[in-house]
Amino acid sequence: MDSKSLIGTRNKIGQKIVDPDYLFYEAPRERYFMTGSEVVREAIRRASVDVSISYPITPQSEAAAMVGDLWVEGYVGEYFRGENEFAVMSECAGASFGGARVFTTTSGPGTLRAYENFPMWVGSRLPIMLNMMVRGVNSPLSIQPDTLEIGLIIDTGMLIWHAETAQDFFDYLLKGFIVAEEPDVHLPIAVCIDGFFVSHTKDDVYIPSADLALPTYDPYRSPVVCMDMESPPVRMMRDPFVMKSNYISYATQASWQQETRAACERSRKHTIRLIGGLIEEENSDADILIVSSGTAVAQGREAARLLAEEGIRVGIVKIKTIRPFPYEEIKQATKDARLIFVPEFNVAGWMAREIKACIPDNHRVIAGPHVAGGMTMPPEVIVEEIKKVLATQKEAVHE
Amino acid sequence: MRKRVNIRMSGLGGQGVVTSAHVLATAASKDGKNAISNPFFGAEKRMAPAESYVRIAGERIYDRGELVYPDVIMIFHPTVITLGKCYTMPFYDGIKKGGMLIINTDKPIALSDDDYRFFEENEIPIFNVPATTLAVEIAGTELATNMGMLGALMGATKLVSMESMEAAIQDRFGKKYVASGGTATLDEAIKKKFAKKEQLLKKNMETIRQVYELGAEWIETIKSPVLA
Repeated sequence: MDSKSLIGTRNKIGQKIVDPDYLFYEAPRERYFMTGSEVVREAIRRASVDVSISYPITPQSEAAAMVGDLWVEGYVGEYFRGENEFAVMSECAGASFGGARVFTTTSGPGTLRAYENFPMWVGSRLPIMLNMMVRGVNSPLSIQPDTLEIGLIIDTGMLIWHAETAQDFFDYLLKGFIVAEEPDVHLPIAVCIDGFFVSHTKDDVYIPSADLALPTYDPYRSPVVCMDMESPPVRMMRDPFVMKSNYISYATQASWQQETRAACERSRKHTIRLIGGLIEEENSDADILIVSSGTAVAQGREAARLLAEEGIRVGIVKIKTIRPFPYEEIKQATKDARLIFVPEFNVAGWMAREIKACIPDNHRVIAGPHVAGGMTMPPEVIVEEIKKVLATQKEAVHE
Repeated sequence: MRKRVNIRMSGLGGQGVVTSAHVLATAASKDGKNAISNPFFGAEKRMAPAESYVRIAGERIYDRGELVYPDVIMIFHPTVITLGKCYTMPFYDGIKKGGMLIINTDKPIALSDDDYRFFEENEIPIFNVPATTLAVEIAGTELATNMGMLGALMGATKLVSMESMEAAIQDRFGKKYVASGGTATLDEAIKKKFAKKEQLLKKNMETIRQVYELGAEWIETIKSPVLA
């Protein structure tokens, strides 16, 4: 049954199925003060999720446990703990192949253990929602926030969104399902937040009534045939083309990989409509810009506030989607900037690399400041970095 | 009062440092202020250093994570200072001029001359409050230490109203609460101490109210403008 036809009816727990746009934009919202883990519970309560599978790892364990509570209450169809993260993500694939709306959560080393499944989900066109609460993956061990993990999944082919606040998080979780399940997209989506900085932080969030829920997933809108052994993608797994080194096998691989990347790009139009653009700008006509995603943006906003008190004007460009990457938007937003600072919570500076790759005169990009392994980035550190660079430039002019 | 008040709570795992931060921020939110609270800890274990942070302001707050430049530092256990069970060294590192120190101790902790000179130069008064002793006296359990510390802070700063604090305590302890294993164990332990949930809430509030009075009396004795 077409899930649109469910609108206006009640589900088995008594929630009213409503048009997604009504839930997102029209339904009255109330203010709550809650942690990111509680935000997951409230988003999933309204998301008509059929199956959720997880494995405990800090900092996502609380959120996964709360989804378990939703299952007890009847809001989630099936819920269980997998054997480990690799098993969890494989089980998610099975449920999604079977036509279920699937939600899971993971963090840090768990993400890496499960990694093999992510490009498989993409090639199989499974619109699974993966909530990544990112943390350190290195040794010495750290359970604290670190965004290296996002940099490691950017080329899996998944949609990747990065929420800054509890409000972003709530909205991205619900809207992510809608974008990921569009027939011309139909890909897995990773909604990322910085562990602890969002998952364990209490913040304001505006939420519509728990009496409302999204329409269920409609597997008949899938662009690939459900579990058909003779058609891609299952055909490719059943009888891998790698076994046959011929023209057809190469052509199939090449075209299918291009198609999944194109599907990711096609998500732009839905994403722009639902989350108001792939980037958000604040005073982006300023000479100096801070461009980043997640908590780095939050800290950047505070740094801009501190600098404004000293008469230094700094603009903000917040990147909401890492994939598809907003190349054109960033190019436009930074076109008049003299200095582009990219603060990051990882040692690699992958976001700075991404930005450098898409703008002209990329010597304008200052990759930093960086913190890693769970360190905090106080706004004062960003302020110091900006002042240091400004002072160096002044000296250069005087010479 | 400052435009934004940053509070750093340092203590030991199991003392309720994280709970205090969330309860305080919830109360501030109920007062109609903007607040944000987050914990920072390693692997969860009793007696290991644990910190949490609360930011309260009239404006929207984005800043989060470890609080490097606090206005108020609350020390939940003397060993945070004496054994260095602390994320920063010294324990007051980064405190702002005209800030405040609240230390849970039965008697003043001997600090170095350099420390005292720093507090004097930076106009930072120290409120020594026997929060654990009072928790045992009033609530009958040292698990109410964090309530005593909240009462001390409220009395000394008037940051949040008593009504909102009561509502925040009700939110946290009055209904089902999903937490990590360590926190859940302690929640169970405290519930067993009291025959009824209402009694737990009542004893918590009593602890807060009584220590509040001490905080309010103490602040009257301070000449320098605290948190001005």
